Amino acid sequence: MSLAGYSIDSIRAGLIEKKFSAEELAREALAYAEAENPKTNGYLTLAPERALAAAQAVDQKIAAGQDPGPLAGVPVAVKDVIVTRGLRTTCGSRLLANYIPPYDATAVIRLEQAGGVIIGKTNCDEFAMGSSNENSAFGPVRNPAALDRVPGGSSGGSAAVVAQGTAVVSLGSDTGGSIRQPASFCGVNGVTPTYGRVSRYGLTAFASSLDHIGPFSRTVRDSARLLQVIAGRDEMDSTSAFAPVPDYVGLLDSAALDGNVRGKKIGLPKQFFEGLASETGDLILEAVGVLKKLGCEVREVDLPHTPYAVACYYVIATAEASSNLARFDGVRYTSRADSASTLADMYRVTRNEGFGAECKRRIMLGTYVLSAGYYDAYYLKAQKVRALVARDYAQALEQVDAIVGPVSPHPAFKIGELVDDPVAMYLSDIYTITGDLAGIPCMSVPCGTTREGLPVGLQIFTRHFAEAEMFRLAEAYERASTS
Amino acid sequence: MISEQDIRRVAELANLALTEDEIVRMARDLSGILAHVDKLNELDTSNVAPMAQVLFEAEETATLREDREKPCLSNHDALANAPVAGAGYFKVPKVIER
Repeated sequence: MSLAGYSIDSIRAGLIEKKFSAEELAREALAYAEAENPKTNGYLTLAPERALAAAQAVDQKIAAGQDPGPLAGVPVAVKDVIVTRGLRTTCGSRLLANYIPPYDATAVIRLEQAGGVIIGKTNCDEFAMGSSNENSAFGPVRNPAALDRVPGGSSGGSAAVVAQGTAVVSLGSDTGGSIRQPASFCGVNGVTPTYGRVSRYGLTAFASSLDHIGPFSRTVRDSARLLQVIAGRDEMDSTSAFAPVPDYVGLLDSAALDGNVRGKKIGLPKQFFEGLASETGDLILEAVGVLKKLGCEVREVDLPHTPYAVACYYVIATAEASSNLARFDGVRYTSRADSASTLADMYRVTRNEGFGAECKRRIMLGTYVLSAGYYDAYYLKAQKVRALVARDYAQALEQVDAIVGPVSPHPAFKIGELVDDPVAMYLSDIYTITGDLAGIPCMSVPCGTTREGLPVGLQIFTRHFAEAEMFRLAEAYERASTS
Repeated sequence: MISEQDIRRVAELANLALTEDEIVRMARDLSGILAHVDKLNELDTSNVAPMAQVLFEAEETATLREDREKPCLSNHDALANAPVAGAGYFKVPKVIER
């Protein structure tokens, strides 16, 4: 049975009214995921034992009259770069094909403590490096909306399983757009919170100054609820923010009462509409029209450094990745090449056999830009340009409450279409990368489909820690566009 | 342009035993990407401070904690994913000859 008709709130209501038990729901979810997964390859691993134990614990709490938690009985999927104790975590890499983590990520602990039921681990680009999910060592994910097309990446599996109805919500990770771009390609909501809002403890590090964990969901409200559970300071991640976590869902409820988004100032960055595929551009402008009807004041804003963001990002992200991925050397994490006889050869052969082409490309680029004689020209230069990109957003967000625009220049492309052209693939991240560089919250909200039936996402950016504002705008749009 | 010679040197630094075919392709791919990255030089950044991290207002000592002993992974758990382990250690090919 598809989970597409369920929300976090409807599951909670069903459990309390005894329409179904958490265990029944988990069994149905697992059976449906097992039957449907071959179509998309969204899940790499299903977790029946863990799911049933979590569901039974929820049922026991309800039977004992205790609060089963805000995510009670909700079938959740977790991207396979986020570690789960005792449950295989591959990072989409051959290197970790048999890796069984000895601990849980903080986000995983929090969602299970809230009653969430982890159904399985989702496919992704290897070590979260990619925009199409074609870089997984375990095969690409297919887009549920068009099976010959990519679901986006790198969190392609986490987007696909929610779109397919084999999970109600999921966790992904975003370094340059890896939550928002697949959300837009698959037609679901995807949220990249403020940098530091969610602990990354247990997220396999890709580019530490840019990595985020965030939710996918069918409705804005479900993303708000899931974020509320996983957000907040964690002493295991010194970069996690101390700022208190607002009651996002409560604020949505009060927003509904006070007349929503009338008078909110919305900025359209002119740089986001140059070179935009026409159908995508039309759908975004239609969505902006809906916001205007809701009483938002729309004006143009200037983000002059947008054209430099991709170059800036691919220096910083690869530099950090080359350092973070150095740990996969054949000593601690499952894989080791048999053929090597010296320590140096063991490192080199293990890594060359284990990493896929895109990871090697990024490790090489990152090593190059950090190497003697190039550090100032590339890495330091990119960090300075990053400051300019962040300043663009800070200045624009002084004039407006939110910035909106497209997520991707085009809808989902065909599997194999861009695989041999890394620069073209990187350039497709142009609108998402800036949000990560600035560290501000941003999300993708579905805003219709092209004539071919391919989903398009509207992107919303707000100020640091203004997720509540972002959800409010997103939900007002969602309600107006689906009613 | 980045040469195949450069690629060999960087592969050495990155601990990757690239094959000859991979070296050829890597030189081509990285040259294409670096040509795009050169765009950054259009910007004058002489008066811009580099941004290494997204930072927020907090006490300087906010992320510090008391240095106290806490439970950690057991030796068994820490070694459980090692390809080769023995006597409570990770084992690697011999580095020092007698």
